[in-house]
Amino acid sequence: MASDDLTKILISMAQQSDGPGMILMTHSVVVSSAHALLESPFSIVKPRIGPGKANNPMKALSISGLQKTYANGVQALMGIDLEVEEGDFFALLGPNGAGKTTVIGIVTSLVNKTAGQVKVFEYDIDEDLDGAKACIGVVPQEINFNQFEKVSNVVLNQAGYYGIPRTLARERTEKYLRQLQLWDKRQELSRNLSGGMKRRLMIARALVHEPRLLILDEPTAGVDIEIRRSMWDFIKRINAQGTTIILTTHYLEEAESLCRNVAIIDEGKIVVNDQMNRVLRELQFETFIFNLCEEIKQVPVLDGFVVRQLDEQSIEIEIGPEQNLNQIFEKLSALGLTACSMRNKTNRLEELFMKLVDSKNNHDGAEQ
Amino acid sequence: MRLRSDLIGLQTIVYREYKRIMRIWMQTLLPPSITMALYFVIFGNLIGKRIGQMNGYDYMQFIAPGLIMMSVITNSYGNVVSSFFGAKFGKHIEEMLVSPLPNSFIIIGHVAGGLMRGLLVGFVVTIIALFFTKLDVQHVWVTLTTVFLTSIVFSLAGFINAVYARNFDDIAIIPTFVLAPLTYLGGVFYSINLLPEFWQAVSKANPIVYMVSAFRYGILGEGLKQDIPISWAYVIIIGFIVLLFTLSLYLMKTGRGIRE
Ligand SMILES: Nc1ncnc2c1ncn2[C@@H]1O[C@H](COP(=O)(O)OP(=O)(O)OP(=O)(O)O)[C@@H](O)[C@H]1O
Ligand SMILES: [Mg+2]
Repeated sequence: MASDDLTKILISMAQQSDGPGMILMTHSVVVSSAHALLESPFSIVKPRIGPGKANNPMKALSISGLQKTYANGVQALMGIDLEVEEGDFFALLGPNGAGKTTVIGIVTSLVNKTAGQVKVFEYDIDEDLDGAKACIGVVPQEINFNQFEKVSNVVLNQAGYYGIPRTLARERTEKYLRQLQLWDKRQELSRNLSGGMKRRLMIARALVHEPRLLILDEPTAGVDIEIRRSMWDFIKRINAQGTTIILTTHYLEEAESLCRNVAIIDEGKIVVNDQMNRVLRELQFETFIFNLCEEIKQVPVLDGFVVRQLDEQSIEIEIGPEQNLNQIFEKLSALGLTACSMRNKTNRLEELFMKLVDSKNNHDGAEQ
Repeated sequence: MRLRSDLIGLQTIVYREYKRIMRIWMQTLLPPSITMALYFVIFGNLIGKRIGQMNGYDYMQFIAPGLIMMSVITNSYGNVVSSFFGAKFGKHIEEMLVSPLPNSFIIIGHVAGGLMRGLLVGFVVTIIALFFTKLDVQHVWVTLTTVFLTSIVFSLAGFINAVYARNFDDIAIIPTFVLAPLTYLGGVFYSINLLPEFWQAVSKANPIVYMVSAFRYGILGEGLKQDIPISWAYVIIIGFIVLLFTLSLYLMKTGRGIRE
């Protein structure tokens, strides 16, 4: 692909997802929906496909009523319903132990399900498992290649298991190892790669049969920022070429900037499932940190706002749906305070997460 | 269409196994060759001279087929159990499990690996044996088919051991406590005709007795007083192959020890 094509795609993607940089603009036009999120964080589960999407495109993945109880009695999934459209860039998020890897394990047939249905494109995993498997490429959370195998053989063998003839397998191996900047390492024993290189090797391996659905389970864990960015660009490009992508990550800004749709899973249940920008928009409260030019002795009182002092020159202020930043600036000026600079406390997805966890903890506390 | 791509998958496993055997030949090919050379020197040459004849053959001649078979058995088994358990332990078994390669082909690929190592070691041991005694193969087909089929039996057994194994102890226990006694008591070093009647009957419950004696019959020929009728040996060997292959398939399908 020509590089300017790529730029266009990237720009259009940036426009689609209103990332952190556009918070100020969107916030003032947010329509309130009565603090729905705070009172009941679980209420924003709703069908992801809005009325705009009339005809039903092919589903890359549809899961219904999926349950999993491990042999040790752990109930990892308690009835999950999930649909991912073909071509989507989908984020599957959730805290540690939520069940993300379990879902992926079942879809890729590494874990036997207890109940429910899984369809990958037109293949039901109970009816045509091999058909389903052929559509999927998976980058697992944990390193799972043979550490004693050479880098190029890891990819070549995987191509073989998928039935790709040797010559084509060699071409593809070169192509993907080059794209993931591993071609120079092809003769190296795979265990001699650095952590980030190992992750990239698993991406190359997952792509060698050019799957229609690429599932990435925390592909950027432990990867430095530069490589992470180049991995994002790479995955975006794969997605732009038509591959459906499901991504799990704990870097929420990564999900926020890459993914069009999101599901959040917690304790084996889907608690949020919607378009990314809708999820972000429904976040009612945002916290900003103001750095003041003057030193303050006590917490300034701003009518109607919750203000916390962080140190002698900075405060954090929460703004709700009916409030706006201008009001804050006016009130600060009235007190003779000047805001030198200001930033979001966390990115918005992170706030959503924190709220989900908080409300859960409060709830648990109430029960005891 | 799928058959063609499945065959490519099978070929990949076989080639990978071949490379593995060759890459770690110091672990796969060398030790059994040294062990067997020692057996020939000690049992065949030093002690054997005092034993005299066994079933009408020089002791050295008598134990040569037994030792070849013994190395085929342990090496077929050992190759599959360590390769497949290694894949489980290192998690790269997942590479095969997520691919559309059918379970039967995964099993056959690993059995082919066991065959390669078993027969390769068997060949090396045969060469070593030729330094000590002469072996005129009397029934070529019996010799080749019994060694081939026996190698399959123990490759499958190794596969099943690997499926059940949860740690490295589990892959050492069966070879030490089951396979070794059965082999040593399987007529490698003596003819079961020497045993009292009761122990002869007990020995006949040991499948290795049939394999070793059919193979010995193939090499030494009619002159050998048969411990066991040859047709029985085939029935038992093939029966075991069918049984163990079916069990392997079942285990792979249900994911015993492999899928959560
Ligand atoms: N093999 C297993 N045996 C028993 N329980 C398991 C197994 N694998 C996972 N679990 C349990 O299932 C639950 C979900 O785990 P899972 O790995 O799916 O979480 P996750 O969302 O991927 O978490 P993380 O973000 O930490 O990767 C956890 O409670 C975990 O302890
Ligand atoms: Mg996980």
